[in-house]
Amino acid sequence: MAKDEIREFRLVGTRPDRPDGLDKVTGRARYGADISAPGMLWGAVVRSPHAHARIVRIDSSKAEALAGVKAVVTRADFPTGLTGEDWNLQENTMAGEKALYDGHAVAAVAATSALRAQEAARLIEVEYEVLPHVIDVDDAIRPDAPVIREGAADATVPEGMPPNVVRYIDFGRGDIEAGFAEADLVMERSYKTEATHQGYIEPHACLGQLGEDGKGEMWVCTQGQWFIRRMCTAVLGLETSQLRVTPSEIGGGFGGKTTIFMEPLSLALSRKAGGRPVKIVMSRSEVLRATGPTASASMDVKIGMKKDGTLTAARAEFRMQGGAFPGAPVDMALYCAFAPYKLPAVQHIGYDVLANRPKCAAYRAPGSPMGAFAVESLLDEMCRELDLDPLEMRLKNAVNTGDTSSYGPKFGTIGLIETLEATRAHPNLSAPLGPNQGRGIATGYWFNHNGETSVSMALSEDGTVQVSIGTPDIGGSRASIALMTAETLGIPYEDVRVNVVETGALGVNEPTHGSRATFACGKAAVEAARQAIGEMCRRAASEWGIDPEAVEWMNGAAQPAGPNAGEFPPMTIAEIAGKMGSTGGPISGHHESVPDGVGASFGCHVVDVEVDPETGRTTILRYLVVQDAGRAIHPSYVEGQYQGGAVQGIGWALNEAYIYGEDGRLQNSVFLDYRVPVASDLPMIDTEIVEVPNPGHPFGVRGVGETGITPPLPAIANAIHQATGARLRQLPMSPPRVLAAIGEARQG
Amino acid sequence: MSKMHVTTTVNGDEAEFLADPRETLLDCLRDHLGLTGSKEGCGTGDCGACSVTLDGELVCSCLVLGVEAAGKRVETIEGMANGNELHPLQRKFIEHAALQCGFCTPGFLVAAKALLERNPDPTETEVRYWLAGNLCRCTGYDKIVRAVLDAAADMRKEAA
Repeated sequence: MAKDEIREFRLVGTRPDRPDGLDKVTGRARYGADISAPGMLWGAVVRSPHAHARIVRIDSSKAEALAGVKAVVTRADFPTGLTGEDWNLQENTMAGEKALYDGHAVAAVAATSALRAQEAARLIEVEYEVLPHVIDVDDAIRPDAPVIREGAADATVPEGMPPNVVRYIDFGRGDIEAGFAEADLVMERSYKTEATHQGYIEPHACLGQLGEDGKGEMWVCTQGQWFIRRMCTAVLGLETSQLRVTPSEIGGGFGGKTTIFMEPLSLALSRKAGGRPVKIVMSRSEVLRATGPTASASMDVKIGMKKDGTLTAARAEFRMQGGAFPGAPVDMALYCAFAPYKLPAVQHIGYDVLANRPKCAAYRAPGSPMGAFAVESLLDEMCRELDLDPLEMRLKNAVNTGDTSSYGPKFGTIGLIETLEATRAHPNLSAPLGPNQGRGIATGYWFNHNGETSVSMALSEDGTVQVSIGTPDIGGSRASIALMTAETLGIPYEDVRVNVVETGALGVNEPTHGSRATFACGKAAVEAARQAIGEMCRRAASEWGIDPEAVEWMNGAAQPAGPNAGEFPPMTIAEIAGKMGSTGGPISGHHESVPDGVGASFGCHVVDVEVDPETGRTTILRYLVVQDAGRAIHPSYVEGQYQGGAVQGIGWALNEAYIYGEDGRLQNSVFLDYRVPVASDLPMIDTEIVEVPNPGHPFGVRGVGETGITPPLPAIANAIHQATGARLRQLPMSPPRVLAAIGEARQG
Repeated sequence: MSKMHVTTTVNGDEAEFLADPRETLLDCLRDHLGLTGSKEGCGTGDCGACSVTLDGELVCSCLVLGVEAAGKRVETIEGMANGNELHPLQRKFIEHAALQCGFCTPGFLVAAKALLERNPDPTETEVRYWLAGNLCRCTGYDKIVRAVLDAAADMRKEAA
């Protein structure tokens, strides 16, 4: 966009120190496992070693006889009669009749020390009747696959589908057969991606307390304290308002901390132990076996393209398993798959499939990376066949403001074309490539979620400001909320303190998820500040004896709006605050809504790789992220989202995968074996922030948290193809797999 | 199991605690001494979030038993700043936005300090390999590496 269109801001777009920086570099910041309480007990969880097994008997008598053991709970301690997702959450929290995956909780114990609780857990005897299991999504969809749960399918599933299909999706528009007939090239390919874990470094941890009276408290690392409150109380049959949930600092989440796992167990144990608080901290192995991986996917994509690169039609059929419960993000994967492109005809088919794996949780742009891997890989293959530049092909078909999206709704103001143009202009695209090196390009898309949002701003006696928000600060959002508040009020950034508060302090807030915190919470904070400004103007008007409409707010002070309003010196926020007790009482501003005006974010990544033809090992040489942020409130943390998302995508592409044995047990449940990218694997991650402001936000913000994980999967596959001639259609692109593909390409 | 009395030095101060012989140094720091700045991300020595120095040597405190600290000098994140004066690495981590969630940050800072004490002028590659035992899932390491290089440059200037 032209320079003269950019509004000038005093603070927005600057890079001040984050307000919680000092606590986090000195070790003072308190995370989930960092607090204790008087009389506290420690909890430990007994988990199924089998992928699928009937629970015949649980005998906890030996454990209960151990000194220091205060409570044991099993499913018998939970209420019955739950339905729908509440039942799923309860069943995942604690197995009922069957253990549904390796790591599924079957009992829990509380004792006076962590070691004692672990000893007691080992003494709980569980008798299992092992059942046949199924792990792979394509195996699970076979008619003769072990049935994980009868009657789990919802109304969308047509008669006659295999029993593990629990949701069926079918939508599209236009005549796809006519579109394929019109194309000069039609290609159809199949792709597979494996489940990966969010890999937050902080394991799940909570400290819960619940009395016989049904009143409780919880300290927990979570992306959403209200979600924890609602889910825990639903699972335990409590009144929602009687549980007060305080979020700790959070050591990463990426979607995986938007739901419950062992939190209800700490409450159930506490209630049974006479209301003593119970702390549960998961081990890394428990995190990997029993919490949030993403879905695995098997995908068929067919695309029609004209010689000049114009897309004529596309079809996607995605099968995803999200563990032993409905909820694989196959819908989201389909919505995003073709979102960057104008398509006259498009068809989407999806299957949500059960398998004997942990219940999937959200992971950064849930579903989008898998779909992009398939679609962006196929587009690259077609461009090579037709000798087209992959970036120019994308520009030719790119959606623009007002276009109808592939999944239905019309796009508002979007910046895909600007993003692709910025990519084309970047110097990384002209860096020379050597032997065994290749360059890959891919685009990616994610929505921007709004969600229930409640923010409260209060003026302190000295004119400084506190803002209470309900979205845990997972990557610098205190800084962005403080910047937007201070910008609106016309006061210094340092004069705003942003507090992430407990459930008792605000109305319901959705979690920090869906790329929504800076958008939704920021928008609400601006509205709350505007409300407070209105009140401050009224106080000044009253003092001056003029109409409130004759007062305006400028540079942190009330002042007469023009010469007709009268001659008064500006009344600063500190002056108004200093006497608010005698001018009408406390001054605050609130905003509660599901904010409208969300803005979607497109990105384009360019990666240069070198593949060792002897070992198949891929090295990332250069990496570029270009993405539309609408407006970067604190550019450093926007860059951080781009870089972090890209590196998670690099891990997914090259190393990370859930590896199961024939017995259905997870074989890589420690970080040594579930290998996430380390510093020596990577170069610097170059970023370019495109700013096409979102008209739905007072400063133009688009949520930027999630899009960045989407393009790396196909971009790296495309780069490996250019480097080696081998086209990999299955993740991860680990050295043995690349080596085999190189061998096949040479023969082929 | 009966507990053992351990006397050690933590961040320059004498410290005592009763340790179950099975407890790690990390457990003892966190649960007996209240020093929760060192974090447990894995418990298997793979993530580096529990990094401390033991008689000057960089270790994962989850791989050291608490009783092994007897008579040794332990330095943790809580001892890194000099009163209110932050170590240059701490300042640079804030300035470069080298943390997002901040959970891995104490381990990175302790490990990076140990690097700069041995090698005041590391290359980017040396920084990346030294810190390869510290996992960060948020940042992609870019801003962490920049912060360490910038802190090293500052410290060399101050020393000159």
